[in-house]
This record gives sequence, C-alpha cells and structure tokens, in this order.
Amino acid sequence: MITQTLNIEKTTCYHCGDDCLSADFIVEDKHFCCHGCKSVYQILAENRLCSYYNYNNHPGATQARTDKRFDYLNDPTIVSELIDYADQRVTIATFYIPHIHCSSCLWLLEQLNKINPAVHYCRVDFLKKQLNIRFEHDKLSLRQLVELLHDIGYEPMINLQDVIKKQNSATKDNLVSKIAVAGFCFGNVMLLSFPEYLGISAFEQSFRFFFGLVNILICIPVVFYSGRGYFISAWQNLRNKVLNIDFPLALGIGVLFARTVIEILTKTGAGFADTLCGLVFFLLVGKFVQKKTYYHISFERDYRSFFPVAVHVIENEIEKPVPLSQLHTHHRIIIRHNEIIPADAILLKGEALIDFSFVTGEALPVNKTLGEIIYAGGRQTGEAIELEVVKAVSQSYLTQLWNNEAFTRQQDNKMQTFNEKVSKYFTVVLLVIAFSSFFFWLPGDFKRGLAAFTAVLIVACPCALALSTPFTMSAALSIFDRNLFYLKNTAVVEHLARIDTIVFDKTGTITAGNNQDIRTAAVLNDEQKQLIYSACINSIHPLSRMIYRSLGGAQRLHVAQYSEIAGKGISATINGNQIKLGSAGLVLGEPEKAIHSTNVHIMINEMYLGYFAFSHHYREGLENIACLDQSYNLQLLSGDNDHERFELLPFFKGQQKMHFSQSPQQKLDFIQSLQSGKHKVMMIGDGLNDSGALKQSDVGIAITDDVNNFSPGSDAILDGRSFEKLPAFLRFAKDTVKVIHISFLISLTYNLIGLSYAVTGKLSPLTAAILMPLSTVTIISFTSIATHLAAKKRKLL
Amino acid sequence: MSIIYFLIGCSLLLATCFLGAFFWAQRTGQNDDLHTPAMRILLDDDEVVPPEK
Repeated sequence: MITQTLNIEKTTCYHCGDDCLSADFIVEDKHFCCHGCKSVYQILAENRLCSYYNYNNHPGATQARTDKRFDYLNDPTIVSELIDYADQRVTIATFYIPHIHCSSCLWLLEQLNKINPAVHYCRVDFLKKQLNIRFEHDKLSLRQLVELLHDIGYEPMINLQDVIKKQNSATKDNLVSKIAVAGFCFGNVMLLSFPEYLGISAFEQSFRFFFGLVNILICIPVVFYSGRGYFISAWQNLRNKVLNIDFPLALGIGVLFARTVIEILTKTGAGFADTLCGLVFFLLVGKFVQKKTYYHISFERDYRSFFPVAVHVIENEIEKPVPLSQLHTHHRIIIRHNEIIPADAILLKGEALIDFSFVTGEALPVNKTLGEIIYAGGRQTGEAIELEVVKAVSQSYLTQLWNNEAFTRQQDNKMQTFNEKVSKYFTVVLLVIAFSSFFFWLPGDFKRGLAAFTAVLIVACPCALALSTPFTMSAALSIFDRNLFYLKNTAVVEHLARIDTIVFDKTGTITAGNNQDIRTAAVLNDEQKQLIYSACINSIHPLSRMIYRSLGGAQRLHVAQYSEIAGKGISATINGNQIKLGSAGLVLGEPEKAIHSTNVHIMINEMYLGYFAFSHHYREGLENIACLDQSYNLQLLSGDNDHERFELLPFFKGQQKMHFSQSPQQKLDFIQSLQSGKHKVMMIGDGLNDSGALKQSDVGIAITDDVNNFSPGSDAILDGRSFEKLPAFLRFAKDTVKVIHISFLISLTYNLIGLSYAVTGKLSPLTAAILMPLSTVTIISFTSIATHLAAKKRKLL
Repeated sequence: MSIIYFLIGCSLLLATCFLGAFFWAQRTGQNDDLHTPAMRILLDDDEVVPPEK
C-alpha cells in the first residue's frame, strides 16, 4: 500500500519530496535525500507510525540541516519560562511548531504517545500551529521531548519572546459572551414587542404592561453587561477630552434605555427595547469582525525573537548553556555554525565569517580578525568561534535600536482613521440638532421637547457609521489574506490608502532571499577549474568562497606563490601556472565598463578566459513596482553597498532616491525625516535591520518567503510570492476607503430620514425598530458587495 | 389567556438554558479551535489492528 507511489517518483525523497542527489540513503527500497530524512522514517517505522505517509505524499520537512543543540533546556529557569503548568508528576507545555502543514502532521503529532509512553496527551491546533502536550517529567524531560519532536521533523520554535502565552492572554476579553447575551436578548425582545406593533385588542391591555416589564428586565443585561464597554470607553475618552464614536453610541444606548424604562413604567408608550437590544448586538458584532486578526502570525516581534534562548559559555574549560538574560560581560561564549551572536563581543579564537544580512542587509559574509569587535545580530557561518562578551545583551548596538522611542510609543499616534475624524464632527452636529429641537418645542410643550431631544439621540445613533468601517475592512482583509498579504488589523487598510511615499529595503525585499547566482562566463577545462579552485580556497573573501564552492570537489593543488590584494583580487602561481583572479583593474589592467553585476575575471598564463558573474535575483514584478513612481515617491534604503546602483536605476529613477550603506539607526532616522516633511511613509523590509524603520513608518510591511518564519515586527506581512501585486494592493486599499465613504453617505441618508421624524418629537418605536435594522442590513450588504467588486476590478479575486 | 404568562416564562427559561449551554461550551474551550477537529475526524483510528479469527 505504501510502495505504490514509489515507482513513479523514484528520485524524490520519500519523506520530504526533495530530489535525491545521492543513492546512499535507501531503506526498504524507499529513497531519501539525506540521513536526517532517513532516520525520521526509521523512527516512524520502528513505532509503526507509517500511516503518516498515507495521508499525504511527502509530508515531512527536509532534515538536511546541522544538528541542533538543546542542552539549554536542562536549565530550570528556561524550562519554567516555557511550560504552562507542572505538578509533581505531569508537565503541560505548548509549543509553536512552524512545520505543521497537513493532516499527516496532525496525525503524527497526536500519536506521540506511541513513540514515547510518557506522553499522556497531545492536541494540535492546526491554524495556530501549536501543540499542546501533557507528559510525565520523571520519565521524559522537556529537553528529551523537544529532541524527540526535532527527531521526527517537528522542531518547535523556542524563543525568549513567548508568542503563545501572549496570544492566550490577549484573547480573554469575553466579547463572544457579550454578543451571545445581546443576541439572546435581541431575539426575545423582538418576540415580545411584536404584539405591541401588531396591535393589542382592548381587553388584552393587561398584557401590554407585562410585556413591557419583561422587556425592561431583558434590557438590563444588554445595557449593563454587553453595552458596558461603550460607557467606559466614552467616559475615558471624555476625560481625555477626545470625542470618539463611542460617545454618541453610549449616549444613544443610555437614552434608549432611560426612555424605554420611563415609557413603560408610566404606561405612556411601548419603549424602544428591541431597538436597544438590536443596536448593541450589531455594534458588538461589528467590533468582533473588526478584531479579526491572523493570530497564527505574529506581528509583534523584537530582537528577542531573533536571538537564541541560551548561549554556550565556557567556564573553567567546561561548556555550559546560560540563559541569554544571565549573559554578562567577560563571559567567554562559543558560537557555532549558523548561530547568532547575541551580544557585542571580541573574537578570541577561530575563523569568523559573519553574515550580517540580519543587521545591515549586506548579503556577503564579512571576515573578522582576532581581537575585532563583532556586533550582536551577526550569524556565524563556518566553524565554531570563541568570543568574549564586551557588552550586555541589553546594551548591544542592535538592542539599543529597540530602546528608540519608535518602539515604545503608542501605536495610536499614527494616522487617524476616517471613523475617528468623522465621529468628532458627527457628535457635535448631533448634539446641536438634539438641543435645538429640544429648545424649539420647549416653550409650548415641554414633553414634546424632551421626546424630540431623546428621539434625535436615538435615531442618529451612529450605528451604521460604527459598522461600515469594520465590515468593509474585514472584507478587504480577507481579500488581502487570499492574496497572501496579512494585515495586523483593519486600520492598516486605511493607512495603506493614505501613504504617498514608499521606501524599499534592498536585500531580501526586492532581491529574493540571500541566494546569489554565480554565472560562469568562461569555458574552463578540468585542469583550469582545479587551478582556480586551489587559488580560491586560500582566500577567505566571500566571493572566493562562493567560487570554490561552485566548483566543488576539485582537487587542491600545491600553491607555490600567493598574494591577495584587498579589494582587487588574487594572483598565484600553481604548478608553474600564473593565475590572476579578480577585478578588471587587476586582471585586465583597465577599470570595468558599466556592467550590471559583480564580476571576477580569470586570467591564466596571460590568457584571458572570461569571468564569474555574481548577480542578485530581483523579485518578480519589480517592473510593476517601478510603475508606482508616477503616483508615489519611491525610495531605496539599503544596508548593502552600492555595487548595484546601475542595475537599480531603471526602477528607482534618480540617484538621490537610492541610499546605500545605511545602518538600522540611519534607516529609522531617514523615515523620520520623511515624516517630518509631512510624508506618509510605507516601509517594506525583511530583516532585523529594518525593524526600526518598519516600526517608525506609518505602514511597515515585512516581506518574507515563509510566513511562519521569523519576520520583524510590523503592521503587515507580505508573502514574497505576492510582491508583484503590491500596486494592486495599494489601489484596492484606496477603493476600500472609497467604499467606506459611500457607506457613510448611505448611513447619513437614513439618519436624515430618521431625524425628520425625530425632530417633530413623534418618533414611534415602530419606525425606529424598522429604520435601525434596515440601515444596518443595507450598510453591511453594500460594503461587502462593493468591496468584492472592487477586488474583482483590481484582479485580486 | 393568562396561560401566556406561564408560557413566556417557560420560553425565557428554555432560552436561558441554551444561553447557559453556550457559555459552558465557550468556557470549556470548545470554540477555541474550530478547524482541527474537522481534520481529526478524517484520520483513521489505527492501522494495526490484527483481525482475530
């Protein structure tokens, strides 16, 4: 049953589906791409868990990675941070596992107890990619558990900024309960109000008072439980001297309730109980819709989510893991291949080749000599190195960026949304109308004046206004979502519509990933390849390393003479052959003409053979983006050096729009200077080095090729595949705002109709009961239909 | 017609029961994850049950 698919896909890995490059890893005529995938299969086979492969083809993740060390999980302080609960016997923990992607994952993770009986209970939350697990810690330590998960290909993502706990605490605002109560009351009140509207015959008048009393009773929880938030919010805003939309809403709810109670108790009317309940119900539903966020994606990240949880410190010749928070100056630390340096430190031992793309955007690894200070955030590539910490983590160059006010300020001094702007004027106008109609009737008829006053507040209650924004925005959000563009909340759509300046990061943003292409513009025979390989392997220049890696596996020859001129290239004598590698200036004796890539020229025995060309991959659709410069001010802000200036010129017209070699702090300052010039700035970036700028900008978009991967804190996350749709996104955001404006006009029309009844003081409960839900339904259906049409027009659906 | 007083009481009581049931479901986390159970139900219980004959 399992072997069926094998005949067709002989050369792909049975576990992960990657191409099998070697025939070394075969078990029971199943091919694997690497040892890791093979061993995962073997673990599963041993435990008779091969159904894993039945639910999906190649459900696994490739295991061709370096080994991970989890010994920091023995540290009790770290463990206590990670677990949810522990008693004498059992521990409960929740892990975020990025690789969860199909039903096989779900199945396997919930069968963990078959691999290790110490596991009692496993539950996967598929959308959140979380695993909740209960296990006996006497038989299985947390470290062993994480290692087990790693072994079967589901390595949890563990970092200091515990995203899971934050999410769990954030969702505890019983909004759903409030909606449930309001909905329950709305339904019942409507039923009880029917007889009133249809007319009660004379001899059944006794029911009228009874129905009224029941109505009041039902309204109480609606006002004091479900609607409480509006009163609190209105009161707080009043104290801060802000008029937001909650004020007229609270006023409306309060007046509705007071008038209902008074009318029913004095037997002067039927009250507005159903309008009240319906109003609160719809408002809460709107709030709920607005709150929709992608909780499986974290938009709030800082340096802690990039840094490791623990570092290996050498004390008395013994290596031991120390939590990052306890790392002090003068600690000797060991950083291995692919690990991130957590604090500014001096290099003591080993060959450091640090990839700073995280910090500066510079894609090429930098070589560091002994005794040099290496800033935090660099990633070591190559052998293990030893460093001495010179600054605590919190004082490091990189973390200082986070102490910038951009990270501490409140998010709400960003742009005001339409809703916030309008509600100020709305409230003022509303109060003016209410009071003038009150004073108009006052001289002759006090009761009528009061009736008119309250009726105005009831009818003009900006229910539709409060609903149009959340419903339009959530429809827009789901359309963006479909196109792999994830927005933090609904307000971001409006901010998107209002920006006029777009700032791009280069590496990782308009170039795809960090992988550069080596193109060999030369015909080389095996001997020449060997010569070049032997020359390059002596150099630690990043380009040399890339060349010899691309030549891979050649034999190393004895080098008789070797010299390297910094920034120029290599000249060497190998087996009596003269080899020159490097820039045109060194090899050809003349400077390079305008070309569009970094080239390394080859000359062997005074014969020019050609060159290696290194070029970045630009993301697809960069031409589309460049077209935006008619309506937007496009800027490039790169941490990289300017060797691609000419290639980028077609996209960013004008030299002054490209800024190279920018530090993270400079990036932040640049955004700030644009903003002080009254520009609304959108920043698109991908790395830690852009975090400051992303936070400072009005809309910060993190671009990533894997949404579940690390991305800096931002307002939105854009999947790299949808990069070319950016112009459409911007236009669609504008359309969305237009839809909101139109729906606002519609709601105003309803309000005007209602007001013309209200100012006369003769608003009947029936009119209110019809007008209110009718306007709500119109607004909701208009916004969702219009948003969909707009999305179709922009080819986003 | 005074039976209506009783009937309304009954209907409200019944509705409150439903509301209570909803609260209970909410509190015990039954609405926390609406996606995974739908996938879980499609997975077979176990593949290795040797038939006894």
